[in-house]
Amino acid sequence: MSVKISVSINGKKYTSEVEPRQLLVYHLREALGLTGSHVGCDTSSCGACTVLVDGQAVKSCTTLAAQVDGCNVITVEGLAKNGSLHPIQEGFKEEHGLQCGFCTPGMIMAAADLLQNNPDPSETEIRHALEGNFCRCTGYHNIVRSIQWAANKLKETNAAVL
Amino acid sequence: MIPANFEYHRAGSVDEALSLLAQPDVYTKVLSGGHSLIPALKLRLSQPGALVDIARIAELRYIRQDGNYILIGSTSTHKDIANSALLAQHIAMLPEAAGLIGDPQVRNVGTIGGSIAHADPAADWPGVLLAADAEIVLRSQAGSRTLAAQDFFLGFYSTALQEGEIVTEIRVPIPAAGTKSTYQKFMQPASRFAIVGCAAVVQVSNGTCSKVRVAFNGVADACFRDVNVENALAGKAPTAENIAAAAAQAAQGVSILSDHYAAEDYRKHLAEVYAKRALTVVAG
Repeated sequence: MSVKISVSINGKKYTSEVEPRQLLVYHLREALGLTGSHVGCDTSSCGACTVLVDGQAVKSCTTLAAQVDGCNVITVEGLAKNGSLHPIQEGFKEEHGLQCGFCTPGMIMAAADLLQNNPDPSETEIRHALEGNFCRCTGYHNIVRSIQWAANKLKETNAAVL
Repeated sequence: MIPANFEYHRAGSVDEALSLLAQPDVYTKVLSGGHSLIPALKLRLSQPGALVDIARIAELRYIRQDGNYILIGSTSTHKDIANSALLAQHIAMLPEAAGLIGDPQVRNVGTIGGSIAHADPAADWPGVLLAADAEIVLRSQAGSRTLAAQDFFLGFYSTALQEGEIVTEIRVPIPAAGTKSTYQKFMQPASRFAIVGCAAVVQVSNGTCSKVRVAFNGVADACFRDVNVENALAGKAPTAENIAAAAAQAAQGVSILSDHYAAEDYRKHLAEVYAKRALTVVAG
C-alpha cells in the first residue's frame, strides 16, 4: 500500500505516491533525480545524505519519505540561486574544502543548519557542528576554513543563509 | 538497506495513536524520531506490519515544571532537552547528556521517548533517568500508569512497555538545593553511542555527600544503578581520596560486556575512570 505525500523540495511542490518503507534519500535520488544527497554509510553516521527538513539538518537515509509529508525540504541542489553558487558552496571552492567531493553536499547542508543558528561560529563550534559528517580525504581543516569563509561572506553581504 | 514493507499511519493525537496501535492482528510499532527504529527496520531486525507516527502530536512535546517535577513530553527531541534552560537550572546532567547524543542531525530528530522505548544498552537516556530517579508515564486505551525508571528498564532492549502502550511523559524530580549532577561518557567515535557512560547525582551539605545516585550505560547488557559506588561515598566527605575509593567499586558483580571496541577488563577500567570523573564533577 502506498501513501500520498506532498512535499516542497527546493521551493517546488512535489506530490508523489511512495511506499511507506521508502527512505527519503532514495525518494530524492531515484524518484526525483536529485542525486546531490549521497548514500554513504546508510547507518546515520556519515552525514553524506544530510538535507534540511523545515530548516533543520537531518539524515535522509534515516528518514522515511512519508515522514516529511507537508514539510519543506532543502537539498544541496536548492542552494545556488540564478546560476550563482551559495556562499557556503563558494567557501568550499575558495578554501579547497573538498577533495573527492563525496561528503561535500552533507557538509554544506550541516553548515547551513549551523550558520542559520549561529552566524559567527568559533572554530570549535564549527567542528562540533560537523560531528555528524565524515570526510575521509581532507582531514577537516579546509572544511572548517570553508565554513569560516562562508560565515564572513554572509556577514559582509548581510545575507540570510536561506 | 531497504526495510520490509509496512503500513504507515500518522496520528494527530494520543487517542488516535492508541486506537491505531490497538488494531488486532497487526504488529504495530510506534514511530517517533525514528533514529532507533528506522535503523532496526533497515537491518530487518524489526519487521512490523504497521507504524504509527506520533512525532507531530503537539500534546507530547513539552518541557515544563509541575511542582517538584520537571515533565518532559515523550516526543521532545534531544535538541529540545539540550537547549532547555529549565533543565539546565535544576538537573544539569539531562541537557549535558542530550548534547552528547549522536550528532546535531540525530539530536534534531531523535526523541527521548523513542530512545527509552528502544532501550539500547549503549544509549544515554536509560542510565541518566535511573540516576535522576525519574518516572516514566505510559498510556494505553485502558488508561495510564507511572513506573519508576528502575521498574521500566528490564534488560537488553527490554522494557516494561506492553503492547498497545505509548511512552507519553518522563517525570524528573527536582533535586534538593545543593545537589549537582553530571553525565560523563566515553563514546564510540563514529556512532557516538556510550562504550561507558556514567550518570552521577550527589548532594553535598555540611561537608558530607548524601543522596548519591550513580548509574551506568554501555557497561552491561542493560543500564544499572551502581549501589556499591553509591554506598562507598554516602556519608563521606567529598575528598579526592573518598571519590577515588568509591569509583574503584564501579561495575562489581555485574556481567560486563565485551566486544571489539572494548574488552571486559578495559570496560571495567573505563567504568572506574568515568565514575571518578563524574563524582569529581559533582562532589569534588
